[in-house]
Amino acid sequence: MTTQPLDATALRQAVIDTLLSIAPEVEADLLQDDRPLRQQVDLDSMDWLNFLIGLHQRLTVDIPEADYARLVSLADVLAYLSARIR
Amino acid sequence: MLEFKLPSLGADMDEGRLLEWKVQPGDAVRKGQVVAVVDTSKAAVDVEIWQEGTIHELRVPPGEMIPVGTVLATLLPPGEAAPGPAPEPAETPRPAGRVKISPAARRRAQELGVDLATLTPRGPDGTLTLADVERAAPRVTPEVAPVAPAAPQTPAERVAETRKAIAAAMGRSKREIPHYYLLETIPLGAALAWLEATNARRPITARLLLAALQIKAVARALAKFPDLNGFYRNERFEPAAAINPGVAISLRQGGLIAPALQNADQKPLDVLMGELADLVKRTRAGSLRSSEMSQATVTITNLGDQGVEAVLGVIYPPQVALVGFGKVTQRPWVDQGQLGVMPTVTASLAADHRVSDGHRGALFLAELGALLQHPQDL
Repeated sequence: MTTQPLDATALRQAVIDTLLSIAPEVEADLLQDDRPLRQQVDLDSMDWLNFLIGLHQRLTVDIPEADYARLVSLADVLAYLSARIR
Repeated sequence: MLEFKLPSLGADMDEGRLLEWKVQPGDAVRKGQVVAVVDTSKAAVDVEIWQEGTIHELRVPPGEMIPVGTVLATLLPPGEAAPGPAPEPAETPRPAGRVKISPAARRRAQELGVDLATLTPRGPDGTLTLADVERAAPRVTPEVAPVAPAAPQTPAERVAETRKAIAAAMGRSKREIPHYYLLETIPLGAALAWLEATNARRPITARLLLAALQIKAVARALAKFPDLNGFYRNERFEPAAAINPGVAISLRQGGLIAPALQNADQKPLDVLMGELADLVKRTRAGSLRSSEMSQATVTITNLGDQGVEAVLGVIYPPQVALVGFGKVTQRPWVDQGQLGVMPTVTASLAADHRVSDGHRGALFLAELGALLQHPQDL
């Protein structure tokens, strides 16, 4: 499976869709990009792992556990993924 | 003829609404097969059967509210032939005294205003069945609506039902169980280092969470403390043969369910982690099995992700203990005379004083802490 190049909008949509599959009650329009995601959305460690597994499967990107600490806000996640995808 | 009854699905459930039959009369069933779906106040549950045979009659139609213990269906044990077609109303001598009638049929008869004395039982042993009542119904009151299909619950109604169920179980716990509480701070340096090294070699889909280690360690420790694993019923303690921790899982719409991870002490960590992930997913999606709802022998709750130091739990009756974990916190720690920084967690035990004492509880927490120092052996 090859990774399609994604523009910023499509990447954001993919991340939001993954998030909604874990936490369907989230209102995507109200998310603040620069605030810690897990505080805004109430994700426990199992939800967080499933969120990252979802991103891994949707975007075929590898996310080592050592990088988890860098993924705090939605902006962090988007920046990390756009750097890893290309 | 065997009877298949609605099993209890936990202390906070005494009735449920039959949503769907997964079998039909004539179907062969085996132990553990899901035969019906029942909606409890918290979730829709796949109800398993633990008898073997052939379904003879479905006694309850979908849509009905039924108390725990109601006969849902009858089945023929392997090798037993179906009784011939019910003998036509040929003067079945009615036994004196009570009319034998299934609960569902009794309720339906009340709804329809059917006089039980006018009915002819065609069920086995002269029991009045729902079908007998239904047959009598049309000529009584034609304008009575058929059983209204269960109105779909709104999310708000479901939340209210869930709160009511939790209130009932937790109220009973606090009224009946003399709880005692113990706390122990456990160093996690070894466990977290082992997890990090293990997960670094694994693809994301096979990584372990600390929660899996905690559950395994609790289960292993309980093997040495059978007085914390079991049920208090009829004024006495019944130790459980298996160690099936119920894992408290919060629901996104509010409330929680603690379905069982069966034989957790005997499963390798990878298997346990896979089952935990599956259990969380199915709990949130509302597709739990009846055995998972009813077979927990102890409860484990982890509120560490929410950032609290420790949990003082409320025991889920008729269980006799609850083990809680708080968040992982860096603390100053003295190890072999050296002051350092150590990641730690506060583990707690809430236990039933009718069954065990603080001394036993303290030994249990010490054992739990010791097991977590050797994660490679878990």
